[in-house]
Amino acid sequence: MADTDVNGAKKKKADRWSAGVIPYAEMGYWMPDYQPKDTDTICAFRITPQPGVPPEEAAAAVAGESSTATWTVVWTDRLTNYETYQAKAFKVEQVPNAENQYIAYIAYAIDLFEEGSIANMTSSIIGNVFGFKALKALRLEDMRIPLHYIKTFQGPAHGIIMEREHLNKYGRPLLGATTKPKLGLSARNYGRVVYEALRGGLDFTKDDENINSQPFMRWRDRYLYSMEGVNRAMEATGEIKGHYLNVTAATMEDMYERAQFAKEVGSVIIMIDLTIGFTAIQSMAKWARANSMILHLHRAGYATYARQKNHGVNFRVLAKWMRLAGVDHIHSGTVVGKLEGDPNMIRGYYDTLRLLKVEKNPRLGIYFDQDWGSMPGVMPVASGGIHAGQMHDLLHYLGEDVVLQFGGGTIGHPMGIAAGATANRVAVEAMIKARNEGRDYRKEGDDILKAAAKHSRELQVALDTWGDITFNYESTDTPDVVETPTSV
Amino acid sequence: MTPPDRLPGSKIPASRMNFGMSRPGGNSAGPESPEEAEKKETLAPDAKIDLAKERAETGIDDVFSALDSELVGLAPVKNRIREIAALLLVDRARAQFGLSTSRPSLHMCFTGSPGTGKTTVAMRMADLLYRLGYLRRGHLVSATRDDLVGQYVGHTAPKTKEVLKRAMGGVLFIDEAYYLYREDNERDYGQETIEILLQVMENQREDLVVILAGYKDRMDSFFVSNPGMSSRIAHHIDFPDYTLDELDDIGKLMIRAEGYQFSPEAEKTFREYLDRRMKQPRFANARSVRNAIERARLRHASRLMGAEQTVGKDELTTLLPEDFRGSRVFANSDSSADSDDPLASDDSLAD
Amino acid sequence: MHITQGTFSYLPDLTDDEIRKQIQYALDNGWPCSVEFTDDPHPRNVYWEMWGLPMFDLEDAAGVLAEVNACRKAKPEHYIRLNAYDASYGKQTTALSFIVQRPSEEPGFRLDRQEWHDRTIRYTLHPYVADQPHGERYNGHK
Repeated sequence: MADTDVNGAKKKKADRWSAGVIPYAEMGYWMPDYQPKDTDTICAFRITPQPGVPPEEAAAAVAGESSTATWTVVWTDRLTNYETYQAKAFKVEQVPNAENQYIAYIAYAIDLFEEGSIANMTSSIIGNVFGFKALKALRLEDMRIPLHYIKTFQGPAHGIIMEREHLNKYGRPLLGATTKPKLGLSARNYGRVVYEALRGGLDFTKDDENINSQPFMRWRDRYLYSMEGVNRAMEATGEIKGHYLNVTAATMEDMYERAQFAKEVGSVIIMIDLTIGFTAIQSMAKWARANSMILHLHRAGYATYARQKNHGVNFRVLAKWMRLAGVDHIHSGTVVGKLEGDPNMIRGYYDTLRLLKVEKNPRLGIYFDQDWGSMPGVMPVASGGIHAGQMHDLLHYLGEDVVLQFGGGTIGHPMGIAAGATANRVAVEAMIKARNEGRDYRKEGDDILKAAAKHSRELQVALDTWGDITFNYESTDTPDVVETPTSV
Repeated sequence: MTPPDRLPGSKIPASRMNFGMSRPGGNSAGPESPEEAEKKETLAPDAKIDLAKERAETGIDDVFSALDSELVGLAPVKNRIREIAALLLVDRARAQFGLSTSRPSLHMCFTGSPGTGKTTVAMRMADLLYRLGYLRRGHLVSATRDDLVGQYVGHTAPKTKEVLKRAMGGVLFIDEAYYLYREDNERDYGQETIEILLQVMENQREDLVVILAGYKDRMDSFFVSNPGMSSRIAHHIDFPDYTLDELDDIGKLMIRAEGYQFSPEAEKTFREYLDRRMKQPRFANARSVRNAIERARLRHASRLMGAEQTVGKDELTTLLPEDFRGSRVFANSDSSADSDDPLASDDSLAD
Repeated sequence: MHITQGTFSYLPDLTDDEIRKQIQYALDNGWPCSVEFTDDPHPRNVYWEMWGLPMFDLEDAAGVLAEVNACRKAKPEHYIRLNAYDASYGKQTTALSFIVQRPSEEPGFRLDRQEWHDRTIRYTLHPYVADQPHGERYNGHK
């Protein structure tokens, strides 16, 4: 590969290796002619250069800092086949309607990353470079991960298909609820919420992300009472039920101990928080597959990476990492609920998690074709401020392979928790039935729910209580290419 | 956890609450599906229906024009189909006034020689009945005795039912239906198929239409032996053999569709070929025409490959008399005579 | 007791016409349908008895509905469910499964608890009908 400067002019070889500081582009990290290989990982970074730094140089700097380069020329580079190991920035595009923002495409050779290690891949790609002074801001928008590299990961411990077969539940979204209040309930009262919600018709209940093992309720007690609730609900309904037992803890040893106990008391599912770190997530995914346990991931803290449009890591990239890491569930947005999420972006996340082949689609914020081979899909979880009255919108935006988590929308029901659960279940079944019958369920959603409520007081009361609640705020993260409505 | 007397914002008295422990759906107030709510209302006696408009809305004229463009001649058949369509259209109108009550039987029998268009018409009939609302799907499933009748005890019923299930919503077309019945063997499994068919033809009229097909004389004797079947057939349509002129037209349509033409002499030869072929055994009307053209194309291709010259568009598209003369139809006035032409030696391609 | 397995267990029992629409949805998706029955409603009872083979290559729901009704006639006191199967790559699993008949009385389940060490409890779900042999369950209907 020839050394070229920003304008593509050849540089003399000797200059490249002279001691001192030379621009990254001149060090060979900017290669406009480079044709990415099938085995390359390609990243799309949104870069905001400091004043006076040309975008090509900024892109080259990102490529350099995320691969072989350091700030100055080192002679030891010449002991390596550096052309293989250096990342190549090969394209820079101006972001439409944004001043001084560019999308830089950078290719990484497959040998740069250890097989099956999210930690190693991310240490390269987002390791140092996000604090780099030559850039005002930097965001990793998307990654094309080559199938060769994907095949080195375990992937979801079970995936959507196996989860459905294990739970014996088909043809509709699964329903869940997070036990509320988040903090302070004793183990015995906590289990009551689990029992009521499950017997009323939910498939799952859930520990919240910050329920681990605090003084008001230690983990072991929570597990015991929750499982009493789960089993009583199975008795009452003849259906498989589950409670996501959060095994998040300070050390891997603690987590394994808790997971082991969850297995002993017969749970079908455990949960972890994103805060435990990529390596711990991969370890738990391995454990979950070995122990037939569905693995739920709460993306606690993700918005610190993902929310700002010009800096951080887009959630779709995190979603890809988590599919590789091997979780079965991941919280991915609701569109209509209380947490951030533009409809098109969320559609893109859901596709990324569920499909085997995802096509480049700027409207959904997807920068690359992504082939997952046969890696199972991850079940997205929609949680936060959703209720039965939105069922048509939820089904429209999120589809069928999703867990809909109605926390307040179950527990806050005036007739009680079980009634809240029943309301949600009646609503989802009625909507699926109407959709299958070929009705325009989106348009007729309210009528479908009202008709279903004639047979279900629980649903009627839910509609009367929450029917008009919506959360319409402007999304902070939207695709660049099209103007999209941000509220639903 | 005591329920309040009446819930905030709810019109439902608390006495009817039981915290979601009721049998789900058990307090059903009776079926209220939207279909039932909008159940067809009978028109007032002085109401008017615009039949032409109804006809246009169903799009049945598309079916008629498809029939006209696909099938040469067959005027009596086409007339019968128009009559049936008119009858059904009027029946629909009558139903709106509450005059017709039950659905008419629509099972049919198509008789005629092979290659007279029975299958094509059956497909169009399925489409027609679909457009008129008498079939839900409008597809055609074609079956013969082999598809319906089993080889051992207990084999026939599942086999027949399987085919019936596939045909539901459309037309079941049974070619050479008389093979289902074997006069000489009353324990033949075909009898079981006939009984299942009769039952479905009677009880599931809304679900499918059965069209039996075959030679006229053999169908007639089949109906004599199976009066139950005869009484369930509402429409008998006879497909006449094509005249020489019609066969000629059919052939011209076919070669045009394939991107060929006759040389002026070949046109005469082709007509002569048809005239001879019609008088020979196993003549199958349009199917024989199709075969003759396929074989002429083979000879045409061999001829071009054999000739040591360049070819242009004309040569590639023009069929010459010798492309037909090679047929054993011309070999001798006796149809069984052999021919030197290797292409004429295959018995299955007697045309 | 009303077991709530299946896609539509919280709605009023589906009428034949409603069942037909669900079947048609499955067929329009290219999913073959099958009918299964059982007298053991345990949620881990995966393999209900097959009422014939799955029905492939159908266009219209009437054929499937006829099998549902034939099964109901032969097994008036069994649970009967209708399954639709999606054979597309990446799915290859059941796409829809709902109950189309249940016994006139559903005695439900007994939850057995075995006290174990350290306050743990081992749970087992036991359908009351499983106390009778097959053929004597649900009022003796075979």
